[in-house]
Amino acid sequence: MKVTMTVNGRPMSAETEGRTLLSSFLREGLGLTGTHVGCDTTQCGACTVHVDGEPVKSCTVLAQDVAGKSVTTIEGMANKDGSLSVIQQAFQDHHGLQCGFCTPGMVMISAALLNEKPNPTEEEVRHYLKGNICRCTGYHNIVKAVMAAAGADSRKLAAE
Amino acid sequence: MPKDGGIGASTLRREDIRFLTGKGRYTADISLRGQAHACFLRSEVAHGRIRSIDTSAAEEMPGVLAVLTGEDFTEVGGNPTGWLVQSRNGATMKEPKRPVLAHGKVRHVGDAYAMVVAETYEQAKDACEAIEADIEELPAIVDMAQAVADSSNRVHDEIEDNVVFDWGWIEENRAAVDAAFETAPHVTTLELVNNRLSPNAMEPRASIGDFDSGTGDYKLYTTSQNPHLTRLLISAFVMGIPENKLTVIAPDVGGGFGSKIYHYGEEAAVLAASKRLNRPVKWVCDRSEAFLSDAHGRDHVTKIQLATDREGNFLALRTETLANMGAYLSNFATCTPTFLHGTLMAGPYRTPLVYVNVKAVLTNTVPVDAYRGAGRPEATYSLERVIDKAADELGIDPWEIRRRNFIDPGAFPYTTPVGLVYDTGNYHATMDKLRELSDVAGFEARAEESRQRGKLRGFGLSTWIEACGIAPSNLVGVLGCRVGLYDAATIRVNATGNISVLVGAHSHGQGHETVFAQLIAEKLGVDANSVEIVHGDTSKIPFGMGTYGSRSLAVCGSAMMKAADKIIDKGKKIAAHMLEAAEGDIEFTDGSFSVAGTDRQKSFAEIAFSAYVPHNYPLETLEPGLEETAFYDPANFTYPAGAYGCEVEVDPETGGVDIVRFTCADDFGNVINPMIVQGQVHGGVAQGIGQALLEGVVYNEDGQLLTGSYMDYAMPRADDVPSFTVDHSCVTPCTHNPLGAKGCGEAGAIGTPPAVVNAVVDALRRAGHDHITHIDMPLTPSRVWTAMQG
Repeated sequence: MKVTMTVNGRPMSAETEGRTLLSSFLREGLGLTGTHVGCDTTQCGACTVHVDGEPVKSCTVLAQDVAGKSVTTIEGMANKDGSLSVIQQAFQDHHGLQCGFCTPGMVMISAALLNEKPNPTEEEVRHYLKGNICRCTGYHNIVKAVMAAAGADSRKLAAE
Repeated sequence: MPKDGGIGASTLRREDIRFLTGKGRYTADISLRGQAHACFLRSEVAHGRIRSIDTSAAEEMPGVLAVLTGEDFTEVGGNPTGWLVQSRNGATMKEPKRPVLAHGKVRHVGDAYAMVVAETYEQAKDACEAIEADIEELPAIVDMAQAVADSSNRVHDEIEDNVVFDWGWIEENRAAVDAAFETAPHVTTLELVNNRLSPNAMEPRASIGDFDSGTGDYKLYTTSQNPHLTRLLISAFVMGIPENKLTVIAPDVGGGFGSKIYHYGEEAAVLAASKRLNRPVKWVCDRSEAFLSDAHGRDHVTKIQLATDREGNFLALRTETLANMGAYLSNFATCTPTFLHGTLMAGPYRTPLVYVNVKAVLTNTVPVDAYRGAGRPEATYSLERVIDKAADELGIDPWEIRRRNFIDPGAFPYTTPVGLVYDTGNYHATMDKLRELSDVAGFEARAEESRQRGKLRGFGLSTWIEACGIAPSNLVGVLGCRVGLYDAATIRVNATGNISVLVGAHSHGQGHETVFAQLIAEKLGVDANSVEIVHGDTSKIPFGMGTYGSRSLAVCGSAMMKAADKIIDKGKKIAAHMLEAAEGDIEFTDGSFSVAGTDRQKSFAEIAFSAYVPHNYPLETLEPGLEETAFYDPANFTYPAGAYGCEVEVDPETGGVDIVRFTCADDFGNVINPMIVQGQVHGGVAQGIGQALLEGVVYNEDGQLLTGSYMDYAMPRADDVPSFTVDHSCVTPCTHNPLGAKGCGEAGAIGTPPAVVNAVVDALRRAGHDHITHIDMPLTPSRVWTAMQG
């Protein structure tokens, strides 16, 4: 069947099977490989995208259930001129990524948090991010990046 | 303040741009024209004899192109162990064959015995379910002690007691060590388990085999930390494909932590299938398969004894360890519990007599190999736990007993009784720094505040030392290593003065593209933005050994320095000609070649241009071009060291442990990019906290993996760890490499587990639970609570 949805502001469609997951639809159907798949039990969050503005783990949603909706992926997160958005820039500025694999999901979940709660505490950031696993950074610099993107003084975290 | 882009600057990472915008290119992101998809059928039993495999129904399934089994690989070789260890009786270890696909027997749950290739992955997966295998289930061998005791049940029929080797280090010292224990005033004994872990790089493994029937060339895209090692193993041991007909490409790789050092059967299988089908064949591992097939880490059962005098001076140390190998010997499984473990049992201490015994045991479990730290976390954990126990028994402060036994800062180079020569270090300095940062004086007040909230606060200390930057090739050769451990770099200065650096090290999170460019920029006096780092493709880079064991900077970075020296030497010859001066009068500073004592000079770019457009050039004595390669084989290991402090709060109602402060004081030698070094420590500490509190691979008695997903295997998450305080201001530069660098990648994973466990034991003992001297990791709420009930 053909499934159509708005992805990063543009209508896009691809042929899929009924069992095709949104993550596969994006990666294989549309070639948007920035959305990563790190597990098969909805536990790691690497595949997080926004569906109608809400964070969703795209490995657990059927593509056909998202038909007609609006999806934002990591490829749609930069500013219109191609420069890094505030949250992306904060991740670079604070070394909030190493291997880069969990990063798209981390950026998407962090953006969702800041949409929901523009000035979170460190505890709130850690709680909100607990559905996204990073094996490289120990979260320290991810938390710092999110706090910085929220305009908080990230120096309030443990000294280095 | 160091200049941005040069040595010592926290230059932001250039690779971040692609990772932050979804433009990273990992193996699973690559789609080749006409590619087919593979799925592997894996054993559901831990141990079984394969009677027959009927693939006929699967072959008829929609989209199926080929079904391969172990029968298809009987003509090729096996995946070898990279290190032949000798038993203490002088016998060479036993090395069971590890086929591409299981043949004859399946030996662990997850052991792949068939492969389906189809037009789509879903079709391949569906067809796997149509394969009918008749497998006679045999009793599973799971427990190491049982594996050794019962020789009637064997993982490999030819290895009768399931023991690969029985290693003594150093065997000649055994009698003296035992004699010291006979007369020692005090002996502390501790039995402990170093829990089995699953490395869990967030990118699952993936491989694409691509055979070109026109040229006979093979290409393998794969998730590897060391593409040349993978090529060597496939060429020389497994498939016999000549190296010049096989290219291995490790593109962006999403973390490794050791698990992607090794060659896995799936890599050979996709190459063979690609040749058979004359199409690219792609396989992407899912996480469930990863738990069942990625090499695990740790899994030691150890008895450690420390002999001291009444003042806590260490007199002798001995350990007995059973090290789980799993069902096959993964490439570096045998050196991890031996030369990366036994050799570290002196730690940063003056213990005059040390003896280590390790038996490597086969079981029906996933193969075990090096995981971040590899042997050194196991050594450090045993040592730092037994020291705390000894301190407690002797009534000596944990800081003091360590201070009393540290190698004196003036005693370097220092030869340990376990075969290493530490070139430099200052263990007092890092521990003093830790003490300063830990606010020891404020502890009692914090503990009181915790008590008022019903929580038990404790402090745990550990010190650590690591041998990394492994190692002189001739030395490891004597010890049984089958490969060299140098690294290599080519510096290609292009005609207009920009630079490509082709390196043997591989970056899968370490930020080499940024850090290596900083090195070259500083050394050659050029803008870091004009330097590109090329890695991960055997058709481009010189033969290097890749990245593991915190070696990239110390070994490959040193190769880069050597190559840069050659560039400068050649540049001076060119400049001498152009400036009509004697070569000996040419000086190279800040990217320009000048005649000493004059203002006559040529820029680096002018020299490069002349090398490629050699109109005014000493052609009769010098070749054109400006490209140099260097191989660097280290003279010794490097020895980073440090001291870690952990403060915990235990909830006596639940046994739950909260880490409330974590502080690291490390000596990594000279640091190139502090931001990246700190990030490495954060990540290592989180993995260490994972091992100490959360993570553990669990098999039941039938050899079924009970922790096969993130539902059951507890990865550290953002709210399981605190923000960390890390310091690397104590510096004793490495004396034998040109950078003075020691390596920082594994530190956190080594120093952390004992600090956490020492802290929890301290918290419980302070609260009056005097019977508790040890709790095995992971310190789950249930284990801590149970221990508290006495």
